[in-house]
This record gives sequence, structure tokens and C-alpha cells, in this order.
Amino acid sequence: MKTAALPGTGLTRGRDKMPGGSDAGDEAAMLNYVARRLVLALITCAAISVLTFVIIRLPPGDFVDAYIANLAVGGSTVSAEQAAAMRREYGLDRPVVVQYGLWMGKVLTGDFGVSMMWKRPVTEVIGDRLWLTMAVSFAALLLTWVIALPIGIYSAARQYSVGDYIATTLGFIGLAIPNFLLALILMYLGFRYLGLSVGGLFTPEYAQAPWSWGKLGDLMVHLPLPAMVLALAGTAQLIRIMRANLLDELRKPYVVTARAKGISELRAVLKYPVRAALNPFASSSAYLFPYLVSGSIVVSLVLGLPTVGPLLLQALVAQDMFLAGTIVLLLGVLTVIGTLISDLLLMWIEPRIRLQGRA
Amino acid sequence: MTAITLTSDDRLAQASQLQLTWWRFRRHRLAVVSLVIVVLFYLGAVLADFLAVADPHATDARRSFIPPQMISLFDNGAFSPHVSGLKGVRDPKTFKLVYTPDPARKLPVALFVHGYPYNLFGLIPTDRHLIGIVGGQGVDGIFLLGTDQLGRDLFSRLIVATRISLSIGLAGVAFSLMLGILLGGVSGLYGGTVDTLIQRVIEVVRSIPTIPLWMGLAAALPNTWSVTQVYFAITLIISLVSWTELARVTRGRFLALREEDFVIAAELAGAGQLRIILRHMLPSFASHIIAATSLALPVMIVSETSLSFLGLGLRPPAISWGILLQDAQNVQVLAGAPWLLSAAVPVITVILAFNFLGDGVRDAADPYG
Amino acid sequence: MPQTPMVEPAHHALSVRDLVVDFVQDTGAVRALDGVSLDLHAGRVLGVVGESGCGKSVTARAILRLIDRPGRIASGRVLLDPDTPEQQDLAALDPEGKAMRAVRGGRIGLIFQEPMTALSVHYTVGNQIIEAMRAHSDISKAEARQRVVALLHEVGIPRPETRIDAYPFQLSGGLRQRVGIALALAADPQILIADEPTTALDVTTQAQILALLRRLQRTKGVALMLITHDMGVIAQMADDVAVMYLGRMVEFAPVAQLFSAPQHPYTRALLRSVPNLRATPRERLATIGGAVPHPGARPVGCPFHPRCPEIIKGRCETQAPPEIPPGERGASCFHVTGATMSAHAEATA
Repeated sequence: MKTAALPGTGLTRGRDKMPGGSDAGDEAAMLNYVARRLVLALITCAAISVLTFVIIRLPPGDFVDAYIANLAVGGSTVSAEQAAAMRREYGLDRPVVVQYGLWMGKVLTGDFGVSMMWKRPVTEVIGDRLWLTMAVSFAALLLTWVIALPIGIYSAARQYSVGDYIATTLGFIGLAIPNFLLALILMYLGFRYLGLSVGGLFTPEYAQAPWSWGKLGDLMVHLPLPAMVLALAGTAQLIRIMRANLLDELRKPYVVTARAKGISELRAVLKYPVRAALNPFASSSAYLFPYLVSGSIVVSLVLGLPTVGPLLLQALVAQDMFLAGTIVLLLGVLTVIGTLISDLLLMWIEPRIRLQGRA
Repeated sequence: MTAITLTSDDRLAQASQLQLTWWRFRRHRLAVVSLVIVVLFYLGAVLADFLAVADPHATDARRSFIPPQMISLFDNGAFSPHVSGLKGVRDPKTFKLVYTPDPARKLPVALFVHGYPYNLFGLIPTDRHLIGIVGGQGVDGIFLLGTDQLGRDLFSRLIVATRISLSIGLAGVAFSLMLGILLGGVSGLYGGTVDTLIQRVIEVVRSIPTIPLWMGLAAALPNTWSVTQVYFAITLIISLVSWTELARVTRGRFLALREEDFVIAAELAGAGQLRIILRHMLPSFASHIIAATSLALPVMIVSETSLSFLGLGLRPPAISWGILLQDAQNVQVLAGAPWLLSAAVPVITVILAFNFLGDGVRDAADPYG
Repeated sequence: MPQTPMVEPAHHALSVRDLVVDFVQDTGAVRALDGVSLDLHAGRVLGVVGESGCGKSVTARAILRLIDRPGRIASGRVLLDPDTPEQQDLAALDPEGKAMRAVRGGRIGLIFQEPMTALSVHYTVGNQIIEAMRAHSDISKAEARQRVVALLHEVGIPRPETRIDAYPFQLSGGLRQRVGIALALAADPQILIADEPTTALDVTTQAQILALLRRLQRTKGVALMLITHDMGVIAQMADDVAVMYLGRMVEFAPVAQLFSAPQHPYTRALLRSVPNLRATPRERLATIGGAVPHPGARPVGCPFHPRCPEIIKGRCETQAPPEIPPGERGASCFHVTGATMSAHAEATA
């Protein structure tokens, strides 16, 4: 079974079991699986919060030092007592673990701190960007599935055809060119030969406007290009995986059985071997979402998208740690949620997990 | 006694696992070509300074944004490789002195000429380079890929960048390998709670989007750190995530091997744990590890390139492909000087080569897998 | 040995004539079937026996046009309903076309060797059988479900109302094979091809499955082509036997005569190699020397000659013995040719 970098969702072949297991038992097994994924998601979020906290505290000095330095640039100064008072208020004089606790407490109530650069609450500064990042990443995910699945199936069923070669070539392009490079090349080509600025998610009139159906439509029109750039690498990989696995499955006896029943070739292929090849396909896309979110950061920098990427870079360069940290934290958490959703989708596909609660 | 000649069947029967893998590998032409390309790249990295034409760090504002020049091979019918010298022309509108190639001035190109000084293999001081111009003024040179804004020869910078970009890949993979094989091995060999724990850790690590994390860690590196320190720190940061794939492969192999009859036989024969691992199990999965490694390398290289491209990875005066691509970020600038994108070519080539190589090794190692 | 007494001429269900199947690869074409002819009659069991690689399975697949690239039917005919106005040559049909699909399952059913892998694990047993049923008749899902339950009962599966919703991996090997038989019978075909249906089963289950096949064949009057390498199964089940070697039929005879008076040296060697309960203890087991050659390295002349204990030097290495006239008892061997074959030739001259 060929999978890409993929974890053991560890699906084992169903072992023989006496038939007629209780329905209640099956339900319990399924709930068990869901519960485990949820717990894992929570643990991951906790780990992310710890890592984020580490990142926030990594730069030398603490928040107050940076604040003082920032003020100094503007010309104002802070007295030693004021500095000490601020430190006490932010709990910077307490042990690190306590600081973490304090910070987490604030985060869980929605208080993410203040951005030094903008001197406004972090949530205001981030604004829509986080949702736009998710929109682009999710669009890329959908695009990946919608494109990779049919092309992969076609590629295997009609091996060595023209369509197969085109798909394979596309696969190589997606494999070879890192997404930011692809974005760069596309921007250059668009600019040089079409004279337009290929980038951004909105036309200027909508960019600053409040949300409306018109703005949503504008977003939909602009999403495909960045989503495609982002999705290409993953699509290429998934096509290869689907193709390889389907080719394997097509040689197996149950496909002959299906054909021997006299059903149409299309039905025989889609219902049986594709179904079997969907398993590694779904496994391989389990960690696609974090990859896409990650990639969107760099791609949005190149394409100038109003997402979280450019903001994060700015924040890091300026050592605006609360802003940077919050972005990393929220990105991480939203990614975990997205991954959980795709996990549950996998569960829906594979009856053996459902029946035996195995993951 | 008559000499025994081995038939090809005999040789097949006597070949070791490694030889068999090599023979199977040889049949994949694409993989073999990729191997050659990879070797050439690394050779280029070792001989970087020798192959470079101009000092990659030398700036000269006069020759900024010179387009790529080909070496002309013939001069009026005679074989005489040469390039054009540069001539300063005053732009009528801006009154700035702009240097452009002057076909009237032909500078001969020769092999093994003197150029900027460097240490061959890091040890032998020399100033010989493969090709260079003879004579000419300070501003002249061979600009196979043009120059950047600061007048630095892009070709030379590209070649020198190979050294860092490729070696970071190696260093990162080496580290991932150690961590991955250790944790994966322990996981697969002992199973039970240890396995579950490590598996969960791997899943958690994979769920976290990498680039924001790297950006955060890389940005935290103090400005005062030397280029080398930054280099190693970046290597470490990149390896923090890629070890998971190697751990997965290792664990999978160990799990499968544990049940193999030959391992059980070795246990029954009284072989110790370590001996079983090293002597019996290792040969079985060595080629899988090689395959996983060569598939992990391009990921590393791209990671470093991405980070440096963002400005958070390696910092100048270090030269890597990512740093070279940074100059290409501005589309307007790029439109005027498209050769700034030339670093994309080695990046893409290396990625493809390593991928085909890895596929080839994987197929050769386990044709049924 | 059971034998259906021929009261009336049995309906001629299928007629294979000179079927040649090649597998075309970069290294050249490998001939898997070298001109096979056989007949299936309603109510009778044709046993096809031979070692692995002799082409038994390829014949079954070729009849149903289930051979994948790079295999193809090079020549020959597969006549369904021969000598009737509805006669169809299956070899000439488009393998993915409607006509061929109507035949698969609807007229000819296939029972597989490996019940573990022959059924898809993603769908329930009921789902897969209902699909086969509804592919050939226009009935509702509810009606189909009822019929499938009845069918499962008929093949001897206990509690069919529950088992119909089971997944294949929840059933034992024997039950799975019964499901396989039910699947083949779903659309009520008149011809059944069983490709080594009991090879993967233990002996007790094997006996049960064979008994089931026998019963079904008698009740429904289907023509059964039973492929096996086990002479015991042949003895128990077949009415007529075709012995295959390297893509050719080397002997054809009614079962009683095959066992009492085998004509081809290969058949004789096969029968000799069956371990005998009453043999002298410590007596060496009889084997057939050598191994079946690769179809790509087919020997010149008679395909069996390198291993034949009764080889006629000078003749068997160079000339191929004549083929058995379809429908007649005979063997493709020069030892036999003299008597039976030339008599036939004279008779039809």
C-alpha cells in the first residue's frame, strides 16, 4: 500500500470475527475512536500553546523591555518604578510556569494582549486575516481533492493514455516547484506578458469595505489562483498516490468478481477498487491541511494576500511578540480543528474503523 | 584444475542483497540519471570556488543588472572564445553612468586563469579558476547569468550557494535520521506503551503547521549570532519536524521485521538483541532508510530556501538559493531583470533529481512494496 | 463415480473452438492457450484438470472475456447457444459492451478460488449479491433482498436473514465460498464455471462445498465446468474430463474411462502420482520428472515430450501430435493417433 508521508492511521485488515456483533458494541467502538481523536486534538492544542509561549519568551529581554525600547523610539521614557509595576502587573516577576498559566488564562477568556506596533488589541490587528487564511487553505484543500481524485482514477484506469501522461507531467511540476516559487513565476509571467498584478484577494473597492454578499463574491472570484498555487504540490502527490494504489487494486481478484457479475466497467471500477484505494488516499490527505496552512503563509507573502502570513512576518521582524505568538497559536488551533474534521471524514469512509473501533 | 567460469545465473545466486539492489536500481534509467545529477551537484559544491568566475561577495555598483552574456566561441571564423567588455555610457535623461556590454572590446576567455583568491577544499590557498577573462578592467567579467542590483555575478553566487543549500540539506537529514531511527526503532521494537506514546508525539508534531513555527523560532535567533551559528540553528529547526517521517518508516520496518521468521530463528539461536538488530534486521531496511533519506533531502532544501527567502533563515553574507531568490521578490524589479530568478533552476532540478533517486532506491530495495 | 445417464441429448450450452490466447509483452508474445476446444452441456459436469500454469484459469477467464491487458484472444471462437439462432461468439464481442455484460452473470456465472480475496471487504455480502441480481433483472431492492435471503439459504448458510448484512471478513472460509457460489448463481445463469472452488479450503469444508455444487447442479440443471488440479475432486464430481497441459488439451474422456483406461502418458503419470492408501509402505512416491516449461519456452513438437516416459524418439521432438476432434473421446498423442485418430479420419473422409 503506497502512502506518502503518512502515519499509521494504522488501518489493519479486519480479522475474522463471528458475525452478529451487537450494534451497541459497534456504536461504542465508533464513539471510542471519536473520543480519542478529540483528546489528541486537545493535547495538540496544549502543546501548541506551550510552544507558542516559548516563542513569545524566546527573544532576549521581556515584554516590558521591548515596550520601553519602543517608547524610547517615540521619545518617551519609563521610570524604573513604572517598569517594575508593569512587570508585576504582567506577572513577569513570577516563575515561567506561572507566567504560562497567567497567559493561558487570559487567552482562554479571549484576551490575547496588545500589539506593540499598532498599539491596539491583537485581535483587532489580526481582524479578518485569520479567517481569510483559513479560507484560502480550505479552498486549496477542496481543490486538491476535487482535482486529484478524478485525475488519479482516470490516470490509473486509462494507463498510458494521453490523459495519463498529462496528469503525470502535471504531477512532476507540482512535485518539483515549491509553492512560493510557483507563485513567483506566475506573478512574473502575469506581470510581464499580461501586464496585470496577479495577486491579492479583493479588487481595491472591496478590500477595505465591510463584509457583504458582494465582497464574498469578489473573494470567490479571487480565491482560485492562490488556492491553485497552494494546492498544486499536494494535488500532484495525491494523484501519484491514487494512481499507484488504484493500479495495484485493479489487479486484485475482487475486481474480476465485480466484472464477472456483468455490471458496467465504470460501476465496477468506481464501486470496488476505487473504494479500496480511497483508504490510502484519505490517509495521505490527513495531514494535508497543516501543510496547506503552512504553505499559505509564504504564498500569501509573494502574492500579497491580506492573510495572516505577511502580518506574521512583520510581527516577528519587529519582535512584536504578543501579536506573533497569538497568530501562531490561533493558526495552530484552527489547523488542528481542520485536521480533526478530515480525520472524521476518513472515519466515515472506512467501515472497518467503524465496526472495530481501530485507528 | 580447470577454471570455473560463472554463468550469469550463478552470479545472480551469489549476489548479496546490496548487489541485487544495485542491479535493480541500474535498470531505472531515470533514477541513474538522477544519481549522476546529484553527484555532479555535490561535486560542484565541493569545487564551488574553482568553478566560480567572479568573487561572489564583490559588489560593484557600476555593473548592476547586467543581462546574461554568452561566451562567443568564434571571432571572424577563428576559434577564439571571448566576451565583450563593459563600457560606461552616460544616460541622456538621468546623466547616470550606465555600464553596458561593448561588442567592440573583445576579451579572451581562457581556462585555469587567475581570479579571486580562495581555499581549495578549505585548505589549499589558490586563485585559479576554471574559466575567466584575460586582461580587461576591474568592471569587466564573464556574466553568464547576469548580475544583481549590487553588481555581483549571479552565476558565481549560484555556484557558491550550492555549497550551503546542499550541505544544510545533508546536515538536517543527518540529524533527522538520528532522531528518527532512534525513536522509530524503539517504537517498533518494543511496542506497547512506549510505541503508543511516541506515535502520539509524532501525530502531535505533524498536526502543527510548520512554517509559522519555524518563523517564530528562527526570528528568535539573536542578531549577534555568527553565520555558522545561525546555520546550525536553522538546521536544527528544520529537522524538528522531518524526523517524523523517518521515524515512521523505521517503525514500520521494525514492526514487520519483528515477526519475520529469520529474526525469530536468530532469537532462538541465542543471539543477543543488539546483534539481531545490527546483523539481521539492519540489512533489510537499510535501503528503505536510504530511500526515505533521499526523499527527505529535497524537503530540507526547500525548507531552508523558503525560510531564507522570507529573510528569517540564513542571513547575508551567507549565500544560499533562498537568499538569492529574495532579490526576486519584487515583481517590478523582476520584470526588468528576469535573470534574478535563475536560482529557481537548480532548486527545481535538485528536487526532481532527489525525488527520482529516492523512488528508484525504494523500488530497487523492495520491488513488491 | 456419479455419471448422469444420457436419456436425451443434453442441451449444448457452450462450445469453445480452437481458442488461442496470447500475452503480449516487450519480450515477445507468450502463448497461454494453444488452440483449446471443449463443450459444455446442460446438466453435465466437465472437469478440467492439469498442473499449475497449464492454462485452466486462462480458459475460464477467456470465455468470460475477463483477461486483462496484455492478454488477448488471438483467434478461436466461444459459441454461446451453439447451433441455435441465438448463437453468439463471445470472442468477437466487445468485452466492455452490453452484450458481453449481459452474458457475464446472466448466462455464465463464475465461482472463484480464493474466497478471502474474491469478495470486496467494503460492502456487505447482501449488497454484493443484490447488485449481481439487479444487474440482470429489473426488480426492486426489497424484492432482490428477499431473493438473496432465499439464495443464501439454498447454498446452506445458516440464519441468512442476519448473514446477508455481514461483511465478508466476518464469515469463515467455508461460508465465504458459499457466498461466492450464491453470487455466481444470483442472476440464474445456465452455465457455471468453478475455478478451483475448493483449493483454498480444508478437506471437510471441501467435501461440503462439492456436495453443494453437485446438488445445485442437479436441481438447476446447469452446465458446470469444474477446474481443479485435484484428481480426487475429478473422480467425485465430473462426468467428462479434459486434461490440459501447457495450453493444450491432451486428453478428453468420460470420467470412468479416464480413470480405468487413460490414453495419454501425461494422464497416466498424473494418476500414478496420486498417493495410494493401499500402496506398499516406504515405497517411493511417483512423480513426473522435470517441471512444466514456461509457456514462453514451449518445446517444439509435442509439448510434453521432455518429460514423457513413453517418448517416441525422432517423432515427438519434432512433430506435434494431432488435436483431439471436439466432442470425441481421445488423446493428443502419437501412441493413440495410430488407432483411434486415423479411424476417425477414415470415417469422415
